Amino acid sequence: MNYFQLFNLPAKFDLDLTELGSRYLKLQKQFHPDQHSSGSERDKLLAVQQTANINDAYHSLKQPLMRAEHLLALRGLKISHEQRSFTDPLFLMQQMELREQLAEIDQSADPDAVIDTIERQLQQQKKQLLQQLATALDSETAEQDQQAADLIRKLKFFFKLQQELELIEQQLQD
Amino acid sequence: MLLQIAEPGQSAAPHQHKLAAGIDLGTTNSLVATVRSGEAKTLINSQGRDMLPSVVRYTADSVVVGDAAMASAVNDAENTIVSVKRLMGKGYNETLALKDKVPYQLIDQQGLVAINTVQGVKNPVEVSAEILATLANTASETLGGELNGVVITVPAYFDDAQRQATKDAAKLAGLNVMRLLNEPTAAALAYGLDSGQEGVIAVYDLGGGTFDISILRLRRGVFEVLATGGDSALGGDDFDHAIVSYLQQHTGEAELSHQAMRQYLTTARSIKEQLTDSDTVNFSLPVAGSQFSGALSKTEFEQLVAPLVKKTIRACRQVLRDAGLTSDEIVKVVMVGGSTRVPLVRTEVATFFATEPLTSIDPDKVVAIGAAIQANVLVGNKADGDTLLLDVIPLSLGLETMGGLTEKIIPRNTVIPVARAQEFTTFKDGQTAMALHVVQGERELVEDCRSLARFELRGIPPMPAGGAHIRVTFQVDADGLLSVTAQEKSTGVQANIQVKPSYGLSDDQVATMLKGSMQYARQDMQLRLLREQQVEAERVLEAVSQALKTDAALLSAQELTTIKQALTNLAEVKQGDDTAAIKAAIEHTNTLTDDFAARRMDQSIRSALTGHNVDEV
Repeated sequence: MNYFQLFNLPAKFDLDLTELGSRYLKLQKQFHPDQHSSGSERDKLLAVQQTANINDAYHSLKQPLMRAEHLLALRGLKISHEQRSFTDPLFLMQQMELREQLAEIDQSADPDAVIDTIERQLQQQKKQLLQQLATALDSETAEQDQQAADLIRKLKFFFKLQQELELIEQQLQD
Repeated sequence: MLLQIAEPGQSAAPHQHKLAAGIDLGTTNSLVATVRSGEAKTLINSQGRDMLPSVVRYTADSVVVGDAAMASAVNDAENTIVSVKRLMGKGYNETLALKDKVPYQLIDQQGLVAINTVQGVKNPVEVSAEILATLANTASETLGGELNGVVITVPAYFDDAQRQATKDAAKLAGLNVMRLLNEPTAAALAYGLDSGQEGVIAVYDLGGGTFDISILRLRRGVFEVLATGGDSALGGDDFDHAIVSYLQQHTGEAELSHQAMRQYLTTARSIKEQLTDSDTVNFSLPVAGSQFSGALSKTEFEQLVAPLVKKTIRACRQVLRDAGLTSDEIVKVVMVGGSTRVPLVRTEVATFFATEPLTSIDPDKVVAIGAAIQANVLVGNKADGDTLLLDVIPLSLGLETMGGLTEKIIPRNTVIPVARAQEFTTFKDGQTAMALHVVQGERELVEDCRSLARFELRGIPPMPAGGAHIRVTFQVDADGLLSVTAQEKSTGVQANIQVKPSYGLSDDQVATMLKGSMQYARQDMQLRLLREQQVEAERVLEAVSQALKTDAALLSAQELTTIKQALTNLAEVKQGDDTAAIKAAIEHTNTLTDDFAARRMDQSIRSALTGHNVDEV
């Protein structure tokens, strides 16, 4: 299913999220099961399936990583879920350093400050990678698409680190 | 057919006003409300009250519900079921902690919890059905006719088994459930429509036995739940039990008989309620032939319940995190549930959200009022495309994988309806069946999650190991209820699914209960099934005719003729009393129009998004 087509939006990474949101609500208002509560059983079921599709499409396009993956899938490039080894030693080194920093948070004198520092670092890295991803996807060449797939894999690491950081922050608060 | 949305001013037919009600099936009290002359109001029962105590008493030959049952809660504690909501959708083993706290006898009914009464074994679904039937009766009498449909509220934090149990209870009471609506969402609807509130709000709902905290974004008629959390076993009842422990310490009565327990609970509740307005309450309890007198101060009470209130605040913090918000982004906090009358609750909530909570609508009635508003829309009395409720699932749904670990298929706070698929393969040559275990919860280990159901996929075509690709689809509908389908991909073979709900009644059990129910003599049952099929036939006829009127152009001449023939046939069969024939004619029509429905859907999506100004939304 082409999610961009569903919302009648151009299949581009650079997406107008406000526009996406309002189109989403427009479709929801038309298809939501609440609008079909007096319909026949089959039509009610169709309403549930259709809204489920709309929700899934919206959810996927809203988030940059999933949007990029969907865009690549439409171009015939599926990102496998299995871990592919990275040939970028610099990236791996950086990941290891960040992991070490995470592990040492609870031993630090001022954990909040450390969390803030790591958080800023992660945000900055993510921003950079996302910009590179946007450029790669825009060029629409097979080579750049491969590059985009690599960037997505890297970004996944950062999103995962961010989740772990949030978990550590939670544990400190509780 | 789908997409029968009338443009403003071209309503399909001048509809007669239909009777619909919203029901708040609470732990302590239940209410029914309806919209009349444009205003949602709770309905007064024959006792002159709108609050019906959620209490059912069984005698040898009768069932008493409400105030009259409550009056016997002390004298006949063993047959008077109070707070049955806490038992809904629970396995017997899960209720062991309650065993000493309730004065009636909990028993194990094939793994499910049930209650031993003088009238025999009753399960929570049957007890709840009595409460629902009583409320529906009040509504029918007030409105002067059978209800066309109801909306029943459930705690947002209710899991699949608890929701299914609630729906089964409604079925048993003979009600047409248009929607299970989350209690905080219902409250937001009542407040939102009332005040035209915009922005992000929190709904803090502390009832008799359940606690919900929901964060919603309100804008132009759209109620979007951003995150929900809570505890489906924390409420005012626990405040009462905390007081009971205190009373026991002071009277020195360590062991309480069923009757004494009920008396302590009644005293505790009364103390709690009085402490809302006074600083100290005197109490008196019988101890070994004499009376024990004492007093409980507000400060002491607050010390007793502070850990419980703290637990709710912790859940508030978590739900804000889930929504990705901070407390200063919340513009309003709506208070729901009788337990929010406790002053400590109000001050703690006010402090956490740094805003004075809203209590302008009676916290005991606001949920029923919201449910009535939604019931009125769903039954079709209000051609109102303007309100849209977007709710979420409260707990992640997943499957058991190797080593007793859970794999999440649909994470919590995902907007519903939702469908997600997962692929599996066979691990043995010629394997034709596969077992799946569905769980709900956030923990890593299956044993820490709620077991929902075990599925057995059968009829997988025999292939070498790893050859079959079975796509299992989880679908959660707008009621928050899960259904599962499976298909083998390479052959297209639909695998049969046999569902064994872990903590719920099977369809067969519900059917048996329906047949055995006092409310349906066998003949009534037959008539009811016939009537149901006739109503469905009417809906199909109406929907397809309407679709032909607007979109016949999407069909070939041949298709059009076949469909018209099917309609004529259906209309004819509908007049008769052959339930099976009507059902078959409906299915025939549906099959013939499946493609048509899909084409109309595509066309409708295209037209919805073109030629319209975005600002309209």
